[in-house]
Amino acid sequence: MNVIYGLLAISILVALVFLGLFIFSVKKGQFDDDYTPSVRMLFDDELVKEKGDDQSKENSNNQPKQS
Amino acid sequence: MSITKCFHCGDDCSTTKIYHDDKLFCCNGCKTVFEIFSENDLTCYYDLEKNPGATPIDINGKYDYLDKSDIVEKLIDFQEDSTEIVTLYIPHIHCSSCIWVLENLHKLNTQVISSQVDFPKKKVSITYKTDEFSLRQLVELMSRIGYEPYISLENYGQAPKSIDRSLVYKIGIAGFAFGNVMFLSFPEYFEVSEYWLEQYKPVFRWLMFFFSLPVVFYAGRDYFKSAIKGLKSGILNIDIPIALGITVLFVRSTVDIVFNLGSGFFDSLTGLVFFLLLGKIVQQKTYKFMSFERDYKSYFPIAVTKINAEGKEENTQVYDIERGDRLLIRNRELLPVDGILMSASAEIDYSFVTGEAKLVTKVSGDKVYAGGKQRGNAVEIIAEKSVEQSYLTQLWSNDVFQKDYNPKFQSLIDKISKKFTIAVLSIAFSGLLFWLFYDASLALNVFTAVLIIACPCAIALATPFAMGNLLRIFGKNGFYLKNTNVLEQMADLDVFVFDKTGTLTTNKKSDISYSGLTLSEEDKMVLKNSFRNSNHPLSRELYSFLSSQNIQDSETFEEHLGEGIISSYNDHTYRLGSAKFVANHVDDSTLATAVHVSKDENYLGKFKFETIYRKGVESLFQSLDTHYKLIILSGDNEGEKPVLTKMLPKTTQMFFNQKPDSKMRLIEKIQSENKHVAMVGDGLNDAGALKQADIGIAISENVNVFSPACDAIMDASEFYKLDRYVEITKKGIQIIKFGFIFSFLYNVVGLYFALTGQLQPVIAAILMPLSSISIVIFTTLATQYISKPILNK
Repeated sequence: MNVIYGLLAISILVALVFLGLFIFSVKKGQFDDDYTPSVRMLFDDELVKEKGDDQSKENSNNQPKQS
Repeated sequence: MSITKCFHCGDDCSTTKIYHDDKLFCCNGCKTVFEIFSENDLTCYYDLEKNPGATPIDINGKYDYLDKSDIVEKLIDFQEDSTEIVTLYIPHIHCSSCIWVLENLHKLNTQVISSQVDFPKKKVSITYKTDEFSLRQLVELMSRIGYEPYISLENYGQAPKSIDRSLVYKIGIAGFAFGNVMFLSFPEYFEVSEYWLEQYKPVFRWLMFFFSLPVVFYAGRDYFKSAIKGLKSGILNIDIPIALGITVLFVRSTVDIVFNLGSGFFDSLTGLVFFLLLGKIVQQKTYKFMSFERDYKSYFPIAVTKINAEGKEENTQVYDIERGDRLLIRNRELLPVDGILMSASAEIDYSFVTGEAKLVTKVSGDKVYAGGKQRGNAVEIIAEKSVEQSYLTQLWSNDVFQKDYNPKFQSLIDKISKKFTIAVLSIAFSGLLFWLFYDASLALNVFTAVLIIACPCAIALATPFAMGNLLRIFGKNGFYLKNTNVLEQMADLDVFVFDKTGTLTTNKKSDISYSGLTLSEEDKMVLKNSFRNSNHPLSRELYSFLSSQNIQDSETFEEHLGEGIISSYNDHTYRLGSAKFVANHVDDSTLATAVHVSKDENYLGKFKFETIYRKGVESLFQSLDTHYKLIILSGDNEGEKPVLTKMLPKTTQMFFNQKPDSKMRLIEKIQSENKHVAMVGDGLNDAGALKQADIGIAISENVNVFSPACDAIMDASEFYKLDRYVEITKKGIQIIKFGFIFSFLYNVVGLYFALTGQLQPVIAAILMPLSSISIVIFTTLATQYISKPILNK
């Protein structure tokens, strides 16, 4: 049953790693702006599509007229 | 898509129609932006949102001062070799298209390396190379596409603020410890005496002890600090019983495990601190894009154009202006100092200062005051005073602006914490005494148990959650408060003071009426065309007021600045403008603004501009009148007095011709009678009064534009609901009181266990979170429930 010491040590270590990551990310300012990244994420797709081929570019240009 | 809306900015283009590439634009500015975007493959801008743009304003020469390296140095965040990083505030940022185009600036100019938008703050930080590029070119590029940054004196030499994130760290650590301690103490809740469990008990208990160390000594540190501060100044604040509770929990638990008396209360301890810190963060609702601390610096430019001894124009920093300097003020530029006008005439817009959008005409030799904006041609002035000594800016040297809190204010929780602390201590000591005689072995157990169970977690959570939620509800509706203290103070007011211009009246449009001889269709057409050619704000308003559709340029057109327009058509000469200019006789029976018209020396009539009061002013005053004393303070003349007396309750007091500092002193006088005053104002001239009042509410047509230092910013469209907001805060206070009663009941149940000596860790571990969570749910739901019907009625 001495394995419980090992298990406890591992579980606490894992928890501490996550706590450390949390504090690190707060310190880096990752939670300062909680809106822009959610929008920015969607742009990336659009850009790739536009660069990809011309056909999809035309499609994306046509969209606003239909809507 | 609506046909009459500009493809770029969404403005109505019924008057001017420009077609380009099958799309409709309201002006050449918008068309140009579209062309820039389409040339650079950025039309995706228009796919993300409809009509996202802003019309670019002519900025010719406005940013020349950004060529001066000492000014640039103060504005940028970072500089190394040929790379600079700058963070700019852009008021127009409002949708995802804005984010997209601003983060693709590098497509417009290869010198831009990257740019990142912070949407909630409406800021963009841009990294660029300075080899063939400069901050000025960058700002001009952004202005050309309609995203003109707002650069004011406030940015100058402003040290980057370090953000205090310690509360988040504390919550992280407390939450981490709380979760782990819960896991570790779980086996002991069931009091099973199983062999393996007995074996490892000490390990589990000591682990819990170590987890609670950072919670007590780091996360809970502020409660000890505040308790000591309170004791020193002789105030029994709510943090005293909390600090006492934390100490007792920790000491008793440590003793318990050292002497193997029990498992201790580490679960309750970490949970308590975690919940309390959550309450603190809920209370802090911040509106990142606004500031409640602004002074004149946010309105003033960094640099102005100075005419040096050789008659050449050069840019000079505003703080360097000295008495006697000759300054050139261009169209739409702000006067940074008091001075004397040298040019023949100037049209000055003091709307920043007074809230009134009407232009004041000054002629050569007149004194002009800082804070006004020149409209029309560039003018020259001679500085009379430095920036800090000017009439308007002097206001900020007053003591009111030095202190930042109201010492008299005592929050609800402070009021009850005194009684609460005394009650808890006397119960604990009488329990101790009783058990000393009855069964001395249990005496200390009971004493500590009382202090543990009475720790006012639920009470301390009632205010943050109720007020924090109200703050959010108000914010969603367009009423932004600085903090929860403002809410509590709002429930306890005696007097409402209102500014007139810009607060009770709108500064957007006025009611125009024509009186005089009937105008023929041809007259109307000529008038409309004449107004079209003039940039004077009254002309713009009259242009949209006149219905004539025929657009034809008049044969001659002369604009006399500050006087009027002369134009001719079909051999008729029209004069439009001031009474003196048009008819050579002054017939201003009323003090209202008017534009007079004559045709071939015959007087035709006048267009009268009547001030429009905000929607619902009348009913708002009637509703407030029953509970509060109402006062109107106006910087204007008495011209509107008859209208106001007719419209408003008879008990309303009115003061006219008030100067900024006399407004402030009047508020001080009311306060000296032990009354709580709310000041509702808008312009910079109300800044002193807003600050002096118990709560200062700034009314703003556009909350993205700056308002003076205050406790709350209200969207102008919400103004008529002011009484409802006050009503809700009053009900909010009642909810908090109910919350207090609730948590007292929990305390009574807990005290029963504590005083009878039966408080087991598991009971504390159940009661404490249960009471806290039920208070949180109750206050949140109740505030939601009361505010909905009142705001929607």
